[in-house]
Amino acid sequence: MESQPSQERNEQPTKEVPHVLVMKPPPLLTLFEDKFISTKFQLLKAWESTLPLHQFLTTHAGSVRAVLCSGASPITPHIIQLLPSLQLVVTASAGINHIDLNECRRLGIAVTNAAGVFSDDAADAAVGLLIDVLRKISSADRFVRHGLWPATGDYPLGSKLGDKRVGIVGLGSIGSAVAKRLEAFGCTVLYNSRKPKPWAPYPFYSNVHELAVDSDALIVCCGLTAETRHMINRQVMVALGKQGIIVNVARGAIIDEKEMVECLVHGEIGGAGLDVFENEPSVPKQLLELDNVVLSPHRAVFTPEGFMAACDLVVANLEAFFEDEPLLSPLIDE
Amino acid sequence: MESIGVLMACPMNPYLEQELHKRFTLHRFWKVPDKSTFLTTHCNSIRAVVGNASAGADAQLIEALPKLEIVASFSVGLDKIDLAKCKEKGIRVTNTPDVLTEDVADLAIGLMLAVLRKLCESDRYVRSGKWKKGNYMLTTKFTGKRVGIIGLGRIGMAIAKRAEAFSCPISYHSRTEKTETKYKYYPSVVELAANCDILVVACSLTEETRHIVNRKVIDALGAKGVLINIGRGPHVDEPELVSALVERRIGGAGLDVFEHEPEVPEELFGLDNVVLLPHVGSGTVETRKAMADLVLGNLEAHFLNKPLLTPVV
Repeated sequence: MESQPSQERNEQPTKEVPHVLVMKPPPLLTLFEDKFISTKFQLLKAWESTLPLHQFLTTHAGSVRAVLCSGASPITPHIIQLLPSLQLVVTASAGINHIDLNECRRLGIAVTNAAGVFSDDAADAAVGLLIDVLRKISSADRFVRHGLWPATGDYPLGSKLGDKRVGIVGLGSIGSAVAKRLEAFGCTVLYNSRKPKPWAPYPFYSNVHELAVDSDALIVCCGLTAETRHMINRQVMVALGKQGIIVNVARGAIIDEKEMVECLVHGEIGGAGLDVFENEPSVPKQLLELDNVVLSPHRAVFTPEGFMAACDLVVANLEAFFEDEPLLSPLIDE
Repeated sequence: MESIGVLMACPMNPYLEQELHKRFTLHRFWKVPDKSTFLTTHCNSIRAVVGNASAGADAQLIEALPKLEIVASFSVGLDKIDLAKCKEKGIRVTNTPDVLTEDVADLAIGLMLAVLRKLCESDRYVRSGKWKKGNYMLTTKFTGKRVGIIGLGRIGMAIAKRAEAFSCPISYHSRTEKTETKYKYYPSVVELAANCDILVVACSLTEETRHIVNRKVIDALGAKGVLINIGRGPHVDEPELVSALVERRIGGAGLDVFEHEPEVPEELFGLDNVVLLPHVGSGTVETRKAMADLVLGNLEAHFLNKPLLTPVV
C-alpha cells in the first residue's frame, strides 16, 4: 500500500476544501508552514508520498486546480499535461523563469508571483554587494580575522562609490529600488530595459552593450527569459572595462558565467558581487580564489520579513482564487 | 621651501610622502631609531608636523619642537593633536574635512548591510564549499530599520541621507539639538540606543565622548540591536562590547576602528555577527589623494603666508 500524503495537521480531511498541489516545498513553506493553514484550501504534498511524481499526479492530482511551485519544482508542459484541471500557478518567488508561461497562456492558466514583496531585500543585497566589492569589505574582514593587520599594516585602498556611473539592467521593481538607493550615494544611474520607462528620470540605453560602455558598474535586476539568457556576454564585459564591477541578484544564466570567470581571472573586469550562479549550488572554483569577488548563496531575499510578506501574498492569492475573487499579484504581460 | 623641515608622524600615504619629500626636507619619524636624540638634533629645523588618525602631535612632541608652526592632519579627526597646547603656542592646525565625508558614510551603510545581511559570512560560506541546497539561512532585513546616529555633523548627516533612501527612520543624539533637521532628537545616548535598531557612532573623539558607548548603552541597544563604529575606537568601551557580542546580549557589530589599532580582540574573530575592518573609512584611491592634496595645499598656503584652506586652530 502506498502511503497517503499527509493532510493539514489537526484537521480532518474534508472533501469540500480544495487542494493546492505542492511538488517540492519552497523554502517559504519549510520555514513558515504555520502561515499556510487556511480554511479555504489544503496542501497536497507530493514530496511526502513514496510514489514517483508522475504516478502521484496521475493518481491524486486529477482535480487539482492550483499548484504552489518554486525553482525546485518547475511547471513544464509535461507537468501541466498531468494536471488537467489546473487553472492557477502560484510561485513563491519573484522570478518566473521556472514556469512555461507560453503554455499557461495557451491554456488560460493564471500565474501569480511574489514580485514587490522581495524588492527591498533584493535591492539592499545588490547595493550591499556593490559597496562590498568597491570598498573591499569582505576581503578586509578576512584580512583582520586572519590576524594580518598588525603585521602587514594598511590595507589596499578601495574605490569611491559616489562618482560611479551605475547601469541597471532591468528597471522593474527591484531595479528601481536599487536606483533610488544609489541616488542617495551620489551615483549617476543609467538603465537598460525592454522599453524605456516614462517615469524614470535616468538615461535609457536600448541595449546592454551600450549601457556597459557608459557605465562603471552593472547591476543585473531583470528576469531570465530566452532573450536575456547570456545577455551579459564577453563583449558586454569588455565594454564595461578593467575597473568595471558586475553585481547579479537576478539569475545566474543572464551572465555567460564561463566568460565572466575568464574576464575576472585575466583582469578584464574589476570585480563582481554575485548572489546567483548558472548551476547552483556549484560555484566556479576560480572564483573562490579571487579577492575582488563577493559570493553569496542565493539569499538576496532571505529575510524573515520578506518571507512572511511573501507567505501572506501567496495565501491571499490562493484564497482569492478559491473565492472567485480577483488575484492580488497576477502576472501581466508587459 | 626645500629647507623647511617637515616631520611625518607615521606612514600614511605614498603619494603624500613623495610630495612632501619633493617640496620640503622630510623627516620620517617612524624610521628614526632614537627619537629623543633625533628631536634634539633637528628641533630647530622642523616647522611642520604631518599626522593622521594614528599619530599626531601630543604635548610632549610640541614641547620638543620650538620652531613648530603648523600641524597638518591627514584626517578629519583631531584626537591625536593637543589642540589646547597648539592654541597656547600659536601653532596652526589643519585637517581634511568634507573630502572624506562621503567615503566614511558609504562605509557606514556598507557595514550595516554587511552585518544585517551577513554578506561576509555568506561569502565565507560559499568559499568554504559548504553551500548545499536546503540550508536556508535567513538574514535580517535592512530597509525600514531605525537608525540612531551619535553625532549629526557632516558625516552623521551623510549617513542619514543614505539611510533615508532605504526608508530607515532616523534619530540622533548630539551635544545640541539641530532644529533645522527633521530627524528625531534624543537628549541621551541611552534613550537613543533604546529606540533604534542600528546605532552608529559618528561624532568626534573628545574627553566627553570617550566611552560614549558604554555598558548601559549596549544594554539599551539590546539583543537585536547592531552597533556600527566609524568614529574612533575609544568611543566604545571595547571589553564591554566584546563580552556583549560573545554573550549574544547585542545583535551584532560593524567596526572600522578599535581602541588599540591594529590590535583587534581575538574573541571577535570567530563570531558571524560582526564585520571587522582595518580602519578603512576614508580608504579609497580618490579620497586619499584629495586628502593628501589638502594637506599639501594647507602647508603651502601657510609657508607662503596665504590663508589656510581648512584651518581648525
